[in-house]
Amino acid sequence: MIGLDAVYVLLGVMFAAFAVSHALDRSWRSALFWGCFAVLVGAGSRLPDIANGLLVIVLAVLAVMGVRPAPVATTDEQARTQSAAKLGNRLFLPALTIPAITLAGTFLLPLVKANGAPMVDPKQVTLISLAIGAVVGLAFTTVLLRAPITTAMREGRRLVDAIGWAAVLPQALAALGGIFAIAGVGKIVAQLATGYIPMTEPLVAVVVYTTGMAMFTIVMGNAFAAFPVMTAGIGLPLIVGKFGGDPVIMSAVGMLSGFCGTLLTPMAANFNIVPAAVLELKDRNAVIKVQAPTAFLLLFANTALMALFVFHR
Amino acid sequence: MLVLAGVAVIVIGFALRLNPLAVVVASAITTGLLARIDILGVIAMLGHAFVANRFIAIAWLVLPVIGLLERGGIRERARTLILRLRGATTGRVLIAYMFIRQVAASLGLTALGGHAQMVRPVVAPMAEAAAERDGPLDPVMRDHIRANAAAVDNIGVFFGEDVFVAIGSILLIKGFLEQNGIIVTPPQLAVWAIPTAIMAFFIHATRLWLLDRRLARRKPV
Repeated sequence: MIGLDAVYVLLGVMFAAFAVSHALDRSWRSALFWGCFAVLVGAGSRLPDIANGLLVIVLAVLAVMGVRPAPVATTDEQARTQSAAKLGNRLFLPALTIPAITLAGTFLLPLVKANGAPMVDPKQVTLISLAIGAVVGLAFTTVLLRAPITTAMREGRRLVDAIGWAAVLPQALAALGGIFAIAGVGKIVAQLATGYIPMTEPLVAVVVYTTGMAMFTIVMGNAFAAFPVMTAGIGLPLIVGKFGGDPVIMSAVGMLSGFCGTLLTPMAANFNIVPAAVLELKDRNAVIKVQAPTAFLLLFANTALMALFVFHR
Repeated sequence: MLVLAGVAVIVIGFALRLNPLAVVVASAITTGLLARIDILGVIAMLGHAFVANRFIAIAWLVLPVIGLLERGGIRERARTLILRLRGATTGRVLIAYMFIRQVAASLGLTALGGHAQMVRPVVAPMAEAAAERDGPLDPVMRDHIRANAAAVDNIGVFFGEDVFVAIGSILLIKGFLEQNGIIVTPPQLAVWAIPTAIMAFFIHATRLWLLDRRLARRKPV
């Protein structure tokens, strides 16, 4: 059965190629940074945990020191405009191939069987399809542009250099979330939220629940981590148990209140910090600042929605 | 109570604008040590958790494709297309993308979009080009428009995906309620994501309309 292991090897090879490209340009710190990351993603499951942990620390130290990548030789604006005029809308096809294959694979791959067993791990079809989409898209683009694969790797490195350490941050935050869970941080935060506010009125319970979902998400970076804690602490015992609210409305709107918190926190790096790096913004919090008014208005709207409907069955 | 020091490390580190990767690693080590795990155990725990979350990095496999397409002029092409559309403004481009992203996500098609895949090569250049029709953009306004392009991708997908019955958050809610003896079906939950989806769209679309007014007030240089 094909699982994620094959995808991780591919990912490791890609980051190793970025590292080699840096080594050829004598930007040693960048070569070391992406080389360590290549080992972590490509071979991490075959190494002892302690070795992986030390590699993560090396990444953090290099991020503080600054990796100072050498600039990549690429085409100038004039060449790109000419190329754009020549290729026209065909340029969009490879970019659309990736989501198209991801979607098709998600639905079709589970149907492919070898000797009665699924050929691809059914739990991982989306990620495997995304990887297939990226490979097919790459093949398509190299043909379209008549560019060798080494050029593709150099252009990929140009992007990863622009993103820098932010490319590694979401994974580090997910790891931190796991450690928080082992250490019981979530439970303590929930106790703080639930222990000090007297909730004798249904409306107060609703307000504490929705804002608590948002605030907990801001701390943990993930509404999925906040939901079980807040719902077990306030939602079920008070809104449903004591005041007779509807668990469906409470849960659905509660989760979406957590998503308002996701819009506000650097802890949700994948959505907020990484795009600032991908778009090469000066202020790494620029995306959060743009989202903040929408997040607050929508949190207020969610709270009103729940207050109005949760108690009427 | 002491393990909250790990959260404090994060808050202080981010507030002081130290390198976030280092702050996160420092917080992980602090939390582990305060939970009375020895230093080697903490480092091993960090390594294990980091490798266990490798799947997050799979999205970066698109980088060579996007880089190569940029070399081929995809951003310039996106600009040309927008300049040909007479009624296209920054706000309208972003509202249209948010609408597509939200509707696609509500049908379960969350893979359609993304910051590296769609926003950087296509959406951001289109939004910038629409604003540049009235005159050149200063760097602050350019960054502001790009940040808005990233934001519509997030808002579209966050408040669209929960309308789909088989998305992770809906299944998480269903599973959690089931553990507590309450049986609900995914469609019941998904229906109650619709009001918020509509409110999110109108709140943010209004703000983008205000952004357009701000851009229009900017006098040609």
